Amino acid sequence: MNKVLEVRNLSKIYGPGCPHCIESTGPEADTNLCPHCGSVVAIHDVSFDLFEGEILGVMGESGSGKSTVVKALYFDQAPSGGEAIFFDGDTQHELFALNAARQRWLRNHRFGMVYQNPNLGLNFNISAGGNIAERLLMSDLMDYGAIRERAKALLARTEVLLSRVDDLPKHFSGGMQQRVQIAKALATQPPLLFLDEVTTGLDLSVQARILDLILEIQQELKTAMVVVTHDLGVIRLLTGRAIVMKYGRVIETGLTDQILEDPQHAYTQRLVASAL
Amino acid sequence: MNAMSHTTGGNAYNFGFLDEYAKKEIRRAVLKAIAIPGYQVPYASREMPMGRGFGTGGLQLTLALIGPGEVVKVIDQGSDDSVNAVNLRQFIEMTCPGVSTTTRTAEASLIQSRHRIPERPLTPTQILVLQVPYPDPLVVVEPSEDKRKIMHGEADYSRLLVKLYEDIVQFDEITISHRYPTRINGHYVIDPSPIPRWDVPRLDHAAALTLFGAGREKKIYAVPPHTRAEPLAFSDVPFRVEDFRDAAGRRRACARCGCTDSFLDEFSSDAGEKVYQCSDTDWCDEKLLRKESLRGEAA
Repeated sequence: MNKVLEVRNLSKIYGPGCPHCIESTGPEADTNLCPHCGSVVAIHDVSFDLFEGEILGVMGESGSGKSTVVKALYFDQAPSGGEAIFFDGDTQHELFALNAARQRWLRNHRFGMVYQNPNLGLNFNISAGGNIAERLLMSDLMDYGAIRERAKALLARTEVLLSRVDDLPKHFSGGMQQRVQIAKALATQPPLLFLDEVTTGLDLSVQARILDLILEIQQELKTAMVVVTHDLGVIRLLTGRAIVMKYGRVIETGLTDQILEDPQHAYTQRLVASAL
Repeated sequence: MNAMSHTTGGNAYNFGFLDEYAKKEIRRAVLKAIAIPGYQVPYASREMPMGRGFGTGGLQLTLALIGPGEVVKVIDQGSDDSVNAVNLRQFIEMTCPGVSTTTRTAEASLIQSRHRIPERPLTPTQILVLQVPYPDPLVVVEPSEDKRKIMHGEADYSRLLVKLYEDIVQFDEITISHRYPTRINGHYVIDPSPIPRWDVPRLDHAAALTLFGAGREKKIYAVPPHTRAEPLAFSDVPFRVEDFRDAAGRRRACARCGCTDSFLDEFSSDAGEKVYQCSDTDWCDEKLLRKESLRGEAA
């Protein structure tokens, strides 16, 4: 199997940081706030691999740093340390060593992101079609007719009514906004997709359809995905492998079935038990 | 530098109103703007004895470039006689002794203009100074100047194109009438000041230097001679200029000189009818003069 992403020792500290930050935070210390300098150790020493067509789950309670991982990889926030290598065909990109223009190029051409809050992923002042057009224009497609066709095809694929392609997303329901966001993220057929709590806050039937859509996309396009969620149902349905995070550290990794059926870490055991 | 040598007779003001240090700074900004076509060079816009927004950016450029023997033309929307043009011309006459003014485009060596480029093609010895209210084309899509600077640096103009896309979706064509975003020399996109679309193609590979001065926003930028200036457009929806056709599809002509290839202004006559006339008054006068001399020869 082809490796798509290799993340090693990723860390992000908010605040000045001090020599005691690492030892005095984490699951053992039961906090991510350094008592010496007040810095927040959002993530520390996160490593994982991702392969083509694979869906990796990142789970943990809120504040465990799971969103920070994908935000760092999508260049929304610069990490404090660590490295990540993106394998794109024959070329390798060391993500955090690239300059801003190259990072933007990768973000626009090769990555996709779906945020929990459609506010972050969509511009509510331009039409649904315009949102998709923006992403296509960012990837240097300059033909109006072609952009229009692609936007319509993508919205049809994500089951957004074509009669609403020129409406503003702020007039859409939450589930529909999320589907527009997915269509936008898929516009450039990226080999790597980040999904940050995509179904949180949606009702169950809408959740089910969006999860179906994500699975279909994975089957069709062989897109590798990193799915961040605290919902064990989503983890069970979508992912093959998962990592469990607490206070910024990875406390358990393995096959999803294994983690859910036979959790090793006390926290994972509590998490699984509480969900059932 | 001896600033005193430039003072004008008994007048306490320096030649060109600005002190020599201010002129030097503006000239340096101009040189940088020419060296990086389309880049907005910040400068310390001086307080002028008129409100910001009345062309102080253009005026400062003019006063920094002007020297004795210069022939200056000042126009406002194509006309030499409207308020802004008359006042700026008088100010230049008052503060720059030895400088002559003209209304003839062909005779001018320095042309300061508000919102029009003269119809007559400019020559390599002429400089066009445009007054700019809003220098940054990205201001409509990004409120943060910090982010706009990054976007300019990376030539990230996709959000401007999204605006064009939305226009075509809603109205079947691009509806920007003036301030049309234009890419200079393949990188920076400029706001070419509120010139009509008609004038945008004439920035492309122009023989004359075009300078843009925004006094309130404190920016100077330039389109050097023989430089690419491409209005943003889609590959299958090309940029087009105003066509001035009537309901029957005929090109309207100027009611005064009969010209059919100039930018027209629309007026209401006393009878309440729409009348069209050349926006560039010098162009119109010249056409009229030629027509009359032809008639004279025929008679």
